[in-house]
Amino acid sequence: MIRFSYSRPGAVGEAVQAVQADAGAKFIAGGTNLVDLMKYDVERPRRLVDVGALPGLDRIEEADGGLRIGALVTNSALAYDARIEQRYPLLARAILSGASPQLRNAATTGGNLLQRTRCYYFYDTGTPCNKREPGTGCPAINGVNRIHAILGTSEHCIATHPSDMCVALAALEATVEVTGPQGERSIAFADFHRLPGEHPEIDTTLAPDEIITAVRLPPQGFATHHTYLKLRDRQSYAFALVSVAAVLEMEGDTIREARLALGGVAHKPWRDPAAEALLRGGPATRERFAEAAALILQAARGYGDNSFKIELARRAIVRALSQAAAGTPQPVADKRIA
Amino acid sequence: MPVNPATPGVAAAPSAGSSPVAHHTITLTVNGTQRRMEVAPWTTLLDLLREQMELTGTKKGCDHGQCGACTVLVNGQRINSCLALAVSKDGAEVVTVEGLAMDGTLHPVQAAFIEQDAFQCGYCTPGQICSAVGLLKEGHARNADEIRELMSGNICRCGAYPNIVAAIEQAMQQAGGSAR
Ligand SMILES: Cc1cc2nc3c(=O)[nH]c(=O)nc-3n(C[C@H](O)[C@H](O)[C@H](O)COP(=O)(O)OP(=O)(O)OC[C@H]3O[C@@H](n4cnc5c(N)ncnc54)[C@H](O)[C@@H]3O)c2cc1C
Ligand code: SF4
Ligand code: FES
Ligand code: FES
Repeated sequence: MIRFSYSRPGAVGEAVQAVQADAGAKFIAGGTNLVDLMKYDVERPRRLVDVGALPGLDRIEEADGGLRIGALVTNSALAYDARIEQRYPLLARAILSGASPQLRNAATTGGNLLQRTRCYYFYDTGTPCNKREPGTGCPAINGVNRIHAILGTSEHCIATHPSDMCVALAALEATVEVTGPQGERSIAFADFHRLPGEHPEIDTTLAPDEIITAVRLPPQGFATHHTYLKLRDRQSYAFALVSVAAVLEMEGDTIREARLALGGVAHKPWRDPAAEALLRGGPATRERFAEAAALILQAARGYGDNSFKIELARRAIVRALSQAAAGTPQPVADKRIA
Repeated sequence: MPVNPATPGVAAAPSAGSSPVAHHTITLTVNGTQRRMEVAPWTTLLDLLREQMELTGTKKGCDHGQCGACTVLVNGQRINSCLALAVSKDGAEVVTVEGLAMDGTLHPVQAAFIEQDAFQCGYCTPGQICSAVGLLKEGHARNADEIRELMSGNICRCGAYPNIVAAIEQAMQQAGGSAR
């Protein structure tokens, strides 16, 4: 690992200042993504500013009928919190489908949002990569791309965002609270991660010297009709090839509200307002679910190894909507697809 | 012995003046013994345990969070020590496989691993055992499926999984039928 200096400030303002003052500085929380990338020489910070001692950021609090999750709350603490289990079971299940218990004990809410892609070329400093070194090219497009994106790609990058938690947060329409040198602001979840476009080196709309302080959940938790369906090469401890977070509000057999977010298919959790509008007010039938899936995947493009994801996503969407409508969410430990 | 309290906001003090890559003095309680140590910021908890403290029970498999061989308990919770910077654990309590036995008596999980023949080469075993101790403490596993899911962070290249699950079930039953 490269040499760097380290500090652990005791106040948010101090932490922001420390990163603002040094272009080579980065925040570190659980370290489960950053330390890994530093060992591969992909991330080369000169200074690490540990956010682990910042006061008050490790709490989950009631806020305007919803919950405010501090950035330092670990993935485990969040998934097993009784309020999350009861009111936002989608979020608990998405988190528990990701990584391993050990990693979830260390990983934080803020760090999960900012974890970087698992693209093989991004990790391999012996190859070009526009995300790692802008302008060098994207070998994945004509290379090995089994885990890559099928939606919202650009000619510069076809990487995916690997988080499961973020897919649930997108469906729940969370907001991200951040503090920077100019003060505080909040970012709608849909605006937090970005598509690669011309600048795949930028994953999010967060500035480098802004710190995530919390994630806010709105009151509506969809605790009755929800599912997180994650499909992968290994049944546990593996990233999603395709995942679907589906939540519904039902009135009898009629869908009143529908939200769908896809993981493993794009540079950010993927939502499609047209497909959600199509579901709203309609019947909860497989035909209608298939129509929604077709709409979402209309613009999908395969790059060879990952072309199977288009059909996989189509079926996963239909299956997830069926699970959510029936109120039979996919179990986390039992791997049979319900 | 001087103590660095684990108070939030108290940074580990750089010990080499103004050098930009100063070493830090940290205090760790490892297997019940408090130690004050100098660490470089880039030293992982795993390397500190193995190289500086000669506690080589904890293994380095992948060094990237992908195998679980390095699992230790920090403040009672199982984590991958290969991805934790030692300096960030100032003030913490660390338990490794060497610290599980009490007065010459094996921890129930260690005893169960022997009784159920839950290892072959043994390389993954310290991590499996620390992970299982963490799992029992967490109390979320109620059956074999849930044990498998919640032990999935520990890879066994020899494929001793069936006996590992049996050992954990045994330890769970001994702890009173519940997972706690
Ligand atoms: C083997 C393995 C398997 C995994 N499998 C999965 C999986 O299946 N699903 C899944 O979702 N994830 C998975 N993960 C990823 C894991 O969820 C992330 O590594 C973790 O969530 C990152 O959190 P952290 O606190 O450790 O972040 P860190 O590594 O500390 O930081 C990550 C990034 O966030 C920044 N950062 C951290 N906190 C803040 C803050 N408060 N404000 C501003 N910036 C901040 C850091 O600067 C850094 O750039 C896996 C990881 C590993 C190693
Ligand atoms: S897909 Fe993106 S991250 Fe992967 S090689 Fe191409 S530019 Fe790099
Ligand atoms: S050595 Fe830490 S997980 Fe493999
Ligand atoms: S016993 Fe050999 S790796 Fe598990």
